[in-house]
Amino acid sequence: MRKCSINAIDSVFAKIAESLALYLPVDGSDGKATYKKWENGVKWSNALNTVKSPKEFFFPQTEDMMEFKTSGKNIEIIDTREETEDFVIFGVRACDVRSFDILDRVFLTMPVDSYYASKREHSIIVSVACTKPSETCFCKAFGIDPAVPKGDVTVWKTETEIFFESNTAKGADLLSKIADLTEECDNAPVEEQKEKINKIMAKLPLADLKTEAFGGGKTEQYFDHPAWAELSESCLGCGTCTFVCPTCQCYDIKDFNTGNGVIRFRCWDSCMYSEFTRMAHGNNRLSQKERFR
Amino acid sequence: MNNREETLIPKIGVITDIRIDTPDIKTFRVVTPDGKKAFDHRPGQCAMLSIPGVGEAMFSITSSPTNEEFMEFSIKKCGCVTEWLHAAEVGQQITIRGPYGNPFPVDDEFAGKNLLFIAGGVGLAPLRSVINYCRHYRDRYGKIDIVYGSRSKDDLLDYKEIIDEWCNDAGVDVHLTIDREQEGWDGHVGFVPNYVKELGFDTDKTAVLCGPPIMIKFTLEGLTSLGFEKSQVYTTLELRMKCGVGKCGRCNVGSKYVCKDGPVFRFDELDELPDEY
Amino acid sequence: MQKITCEQLIEKAVALLNDGTVSCVLGWKKGEFDYDITPALFETEEELKNEFVWNDFCRANFSKYLISKTAKCEGKILVFLKPCDTYSFNQLLTEHRFDREKVYAVGIPCEGMADIDKIKAICGDGICKIECGEKIAVSTIYTDEPTLIDAKDVLAERCINCKSKKHVAYDELIGEDGDVIDSGRFDEVAKLEAMTPDERFAFWQNELSRCIRCNACRDVCPACTCEKCVFNNPKSGVENKSPANSFEEQMFHIIRAFHVAGRCTDCGECSRVCPQNIPLHLLNRKFIKDMNEFYGEYQAGAEVGSRAPLVNYTTEDLEPGEVFDRGNKDA
Repeated sequence: MRKCSINAIDSVFAKIAESLALYLPVDGSDGKATYKKWENGVKWSNALNTVKSPKEFFFPQTEDMMEFKTSGKNIEIIDTREETEDFVIFGVRACDVRSFDILDRVFLTMPVDSYYASKREHSIIVSVACTKPSETCFCKAFGIDPAVPKGDVTVWKTETEIFFESNTAKGADLLSKIADLTEECDNAPVEEQKEKINKIMAKLPLADLKTEAFGGGKTEQYFDHPAWAELSESCLGCGTCTFVCPTCQCYDIKDFNTGNGVIRFRCWDSCMYSEFTRMAHGNNRLSQKERFR
Repeated sequence: MNNREETLIPKIGVITDIRIDTPDIKTFRVVTPDGKKAFDHRPGQCAMLSIPGVGEAMFSITSSPTNEEFMEFSIKKCGCVTEWLHAAEVGQQITIRGPYGNPFPVDDEFAGKNLLFIAGGVGLAPLRSVINYCRHYRDRYGKIDIVYGSRSKDDLLDYKEIIDEWCNDAGVDVHLTIDREQEGWDGHVGFVPNYVKELGFDTDKTAVLCGPPIMIKFTLEGLTSLGFEKSQVYTTLELRMKCGVGKCGRCNVGSKYVCKDGPVFRFDELDELPDEY
Repeated sequence: MQKITCEQLIEKAVALLNDGTVSCVLGWKKGEFDYDITPALFETEEELKNEFVWNDFCRANFSKYLISKTAKCEGKILVFLKPCDTYSFNQLLTEHRFDREKVYAVGIPCEGMADIDKIKAICGDGICKIECGEKIAVSTIYTDEPTLIDAKDVLAERCINCKSKKHVAYDELIGEDGDVIDSGRFDEVAKLEAMTPDERFAFWQNELSRCIRCNACRDVCPACTCEKCVFNNPKSGVENKSPANSFEEQMFHIIRAFHVAGRCTDCGECSRVCPQNIPLHLLNRKFIKDMNEFYGEYQAGAEVGSRAPLVNYTTEDLEPGEVFDRGNKDA
């Protein structure tokens, strides 16, 4: 384990940014945090989390996929994909790190989604432990430990110091880049923080949330439950839940005619939208209750 | 990057023949620009066809895999992509990717069995591939019965092939029906589900159903009343699709993606899914 | 603190339900957390007594819900309307969007609603309990004693700029009616107008670039009541669910502001539901301010059946050239 003073963090960022693009949560004018590229003067946010999840780094809200040129009856397909360069996402929370595993299961199983894969492979994830979880947190229910988040490097932030531990070869490589700015240290303060976090977790209102009612083979049991009607009553169908969700991965593929060819792009889509399942013979989910479910 | 494979990037296909089947169904023959088949497939599988700027949609491959020269798609005019295709001429290029979905178990569960195919309207399109496959390897299967109905004589898909080829095959019985009486039609008149019940098939068969949802519902009831088990009956589902490879999410029902785990399902498998297809 | 109590409202709702005046009640109930108050339909006395809530977090404007609920509900619906909600109510009636006969509207006074973000800025995260009384008592898992907050200090933006404590529509009123007030709601717009075009562009670019095009602003907006929105129609060519590029993004909200111009009552629901905290109400308020200046004071929803300046020609109307000149001067 290595550490640096909390005052040295900007020079750590500067060092990393010398060779790699570095992204981290930054407070915006609305007081909410968003991932931004680090440059001189950019401050790491103290916010518990960003509004939009970091899934955007691998699965952007819109992404050009290919281009077509047509002339007469002929079509030319242009592969516009480009290989990503290595980049660092700093300050990812435990829940968001876990979400990458779930997205990986979708996009990296055969047939591998090359758009996702190229960004995912070039990413270096630096996670940070949660010292002050919110009342809305329930990560323990999903077996996530906010005191020991995964990722290539794990970071713990105390009042005065920042602690670093690498979990992968990529992580070790990153830490070697900032070796001059950090020092080898004892892990006692980190252990102390972990214990504190675990005590807080037990006090959270959603600490006892259980997921046992869901899962394989249990869908049918709750499919006609009256709670769906009640819960969907105030649903606007805006799909925000699916957009900010770190694991929602539904997308739409659309064509955009630029006047000088056609760009085929994909964009986030949501099962909350009325057109989501519309097809030739009709739509199988007509009410917001069915979509909410 | 360009050395990474990407299933979502299609190939070019050329329409080399357009056959007018019914007032709203045309069958398109598609090959690659160098005149070959775009890819191999199994009976019941699908392909994504698109016209840049118009859209992309999933269609069943209606030609049999035993046809090594080209693929065919029987397409009913019912949306942007299909309307555009109906207006297209021979020589038009489109894009094609696939094959997608699971095939009918023609070499496993179907082998050695008597087969009963039941289709309504354009629902024959996905079955044509498997019917012709079974006809090609005729000795691998028992007796084949085909029940096919449509609104009128003019709406019967592949009518020429049915009359000229299927009806002349040994061990293949074709039962055609149309919804209403029509001049020049001396065959059966009535809806498919009723006709199936009238024909009263023995249960020593594996049945394959495809057609409008309402037809599937009543035909399944008919078959059940004849004593068929749900595990003897297959169908092929339609849901809206975008990626075709189990990632984009919209064809998801319960724990299944129709594009990847389907479109072919056995009715006892469907019973395990929430009722929303 | 609200002047009327939850008990008063439950009592009223139960009475109207039991004497058969109404068959269901549109009200608020607690969501996952104490500050998450969500709209709900109540059909029995028991539901009302167990779940109905009225406090400093009952922010939802029910007017738009009446469109779907009156179509679905047998009999009359009781709806509780805060003063600002009554403007949307009237505007929807002007547009014939629901059947007035199917609604029993009870006007309730409102002292302004609290903004949870402002509360969190004071007492931090980890809220486990909120009690609304004389003061708002907020307990968090990180503090032993609840923090007492004056509701006046954490008012939602739209309540600070409250345009009216007066109900413009009701069948019955609980408590006392207030007055139309001048809260300086256009000050914020004036600040934007005072910017140079470049500054203003930068301001909106910063705000609108965060838009994730979830359309929550449209879905909640009482002036956006098309059953099929143009932005949902795949054949429209502008259906894109997400921002295809920044140009399109900037267009979307301005187009929407034009669509509701003259009909927007400035209820502020758009900004309230925006998950990205974009001050969308400022766009609409700018339109209202312009219309006031060009065509004379007009408040959408102040009365049923009034004709908005943009659909009402008079010989005193401003000439297009004058608007153009003003635009030039600004630039």
